[in-house]
Amino acid sequence: MADYVNIALKAVFSENLALAFFLGMCTFLAVSKNVKTALGLGAAVIAVMAITIPANNLIYQHLLKKGQLAWISSDLADMDLTFLGLIIYIGVIAAIVQILEMALDRYFPPLYTALGIFLPLITVNCAILGGSLFMVERDYNFTQSCVYGVFAGVGWALAIVALAGVREKLKYSDVPDGLKGLGITFITAGLMALAFMSFGGML
Amino acid sequence: MKFIRNLLDRAAPLFEEGGKLERLYPLYEAGDTFLYTPGEITHGTTHVRDGLDLKRMMVFVVIALTPCILMAMWNTGYQANSAIHAEAGTAPENWQESLFTSLGMAHDPGSLLDNIVLGAIYFLPVYIVTMTVGGIIEVIFGIVRKHEVNEGFLVTGMLFPLTLPPTIPLWQVALGIAFGVLIGKEVFGGTGKNFLNPALTARAFLYFAYPNQITGNVWIAADGFSGATTLGALAENKDNLDVGLSQILQGVDGQGITWMQAFLGTITGSMGETSALACLLGAAFLILTGVGSWKIMAATVLGAVGTSGVFWLASLSGLETSALFALPPWWHLVIGGFAFGCVFMVTDPVSAAMTEKGKWFYGILVGVLTILIRGINPAFPEGIMLAILFGNVMAPLIDYFVIQGNINRRMARYAS
Repeated sequence: MADYVNIALKAVFSENLALAFFLGMCTFLAVSKNVKTALGLGAAVIAVMAITIPANNLIYQHLLKKGQLAWISSDLADMDLTFLGLIIYIGVIAAIVQILEMALDRYFPPLYTALGIFLPLITVNCAILGGSLFMVERDYNFTQSCVYGVFAGVGWALAIVALAGVREKLKYSDVPDGLKGLGITFITAGLMALAFMSFGGML
Repeated sequence: MKFIRNLLDRAAPLFEEGGKLERLYPLYEAGDTFLYTPGEITHGTTHVRDGLDLKRMMVFVVIALTPCILMAMWNTGYQANSAIHAEAGTAPENWQESLFTSLGMAHDPGSLLDNIVLGAIYFLPVYIVTMTVGGIIEVIFGIVRKHEVNEGFLVTGMLFPLTLPPTIPLWQVALGIAFGVLIGKEVFGGTGKNFLNPALTARAFLYFAYPNQITGNVWIAADGFSGATTLGALAENKDNLDVGLSQILQGVDGQGITWMQAFLGTITGSMGETSALACLLGAAFLILTGVGSWKIMAATVLGAVGTSGVFWLASLSGLETSALFALPPWWHLVIGGFAFGCVFMVTDPVSAAMTEKGKWFYGILVGVLTILIRGINPAFPEGIMLAILFGNVMAPLIDYFVIQGNINRRMARYAS
């Protein structure tokens, strides 16, 4: 149990995908103008991560990892397919996002309209792929990967919602012309990362 | 004092529109309003009857800081003098020391004057560098961006030196305050438009950029003296708790420190943060004048006492925890920078939560997080600085949800 709590807290705070690893920056910076859309995107990322990371975990642990193909024939016992990982994970993520989108459209239209463009958009979000790759690197088992999937998403969502909150507040600030828009957002994200350093090394 | 007013009035046409030094108007304006209450009144139809403006607010904070400043000078001197007197360390060979001896002073921890003078020799240069470098940046921005140079900087410039150890190199002070004022405040448009506390941004920047000069044996201005802050000592002794608090918490004279010492502030630490009593005086002044929010202070204390209380009870009942968790709540309040941060940093009205309900959540978040960082995080013995920065990041979000909650409640009320 403590192990799962540890993974969860690590994923949300000390190894926050957005503010510790700076992954998923394009959407992080572009879709954080107001809290409402940030919440929508955050929810979409949590949903997609919670599904894709365990799915990729199954593929990795049972097909790609060295020796996992031994059940087909004993010739394949020392077959190592991990080099295929990157392309397979991307394919799985794209497929799952597509299926998720169709399923939501069919069964939960209000949620589908609420998520809108964000769902297809996060197919190419590097935080999602990054999550899968961290899962492989740390060699999580299936349950661990489920926990990690959900909370890595929560961490990213927390970061983008916090950034959106700060940016809404900064509407009233008087930023120099040259820094308006993305410039000040980068500085803001950097300062936020400084504040998130409080968790660095905690776990 | 009349001649200063006359001097300013005579110089006024130079700086006003069409004058020779028109570009330097913010500088003139700052000098004028620092010294005198502006004669202008509101031009529109609305009138705010209370005279609590930015000027008075900021100056009140500086007044509230006075006990801490005096304590900072005395304690910095006291700690160094005690260390040298007890021959636990030797007097350093630097210009501060030569200045001190050339004034005919001796390292006598019993003498009030010796302590204050030595403390001032360490504190004032840090303060002067802060004000000069920060002030120059502020004025340049004021002139180029045509905004006023206001009293907000006096507070930042006062808070920042108080959070530093006495042995900090002066160039780092300059670098830190430059980062704090520039990136923490001026890129957002100056006082009131930033989202992080500039003094804390500066402190955190130095902390991560130059950890060697801001952690470890830097807290006493004496060579060869090895002594961590109370929190540092606790963090180092996480595993041998049973030796007892008084063994771990050793004062500069090698004796165990008492709660009273920690409360009065005769312990090691950053220059201004050691004395909970001085902070308490400041807090009383801030609350009485309505400048600091009592809600935020109360919520922060509540969060910290609650969290440390739970861990303390857990450790009493035999649960294995770290030394800092086993520390009773009333100790947590007086050691480290908790009191200072809780009174002067968390309550910064610009970076704190604005809504009344949000202030409670914000304060509790900071309080809880402070204890968690102190207890769990092996990397940082002190938690209040980073907890407040994290609170600053979350404050706009807290406000957002409080406001949304209000909107939803009213919508529900009027829908029926």
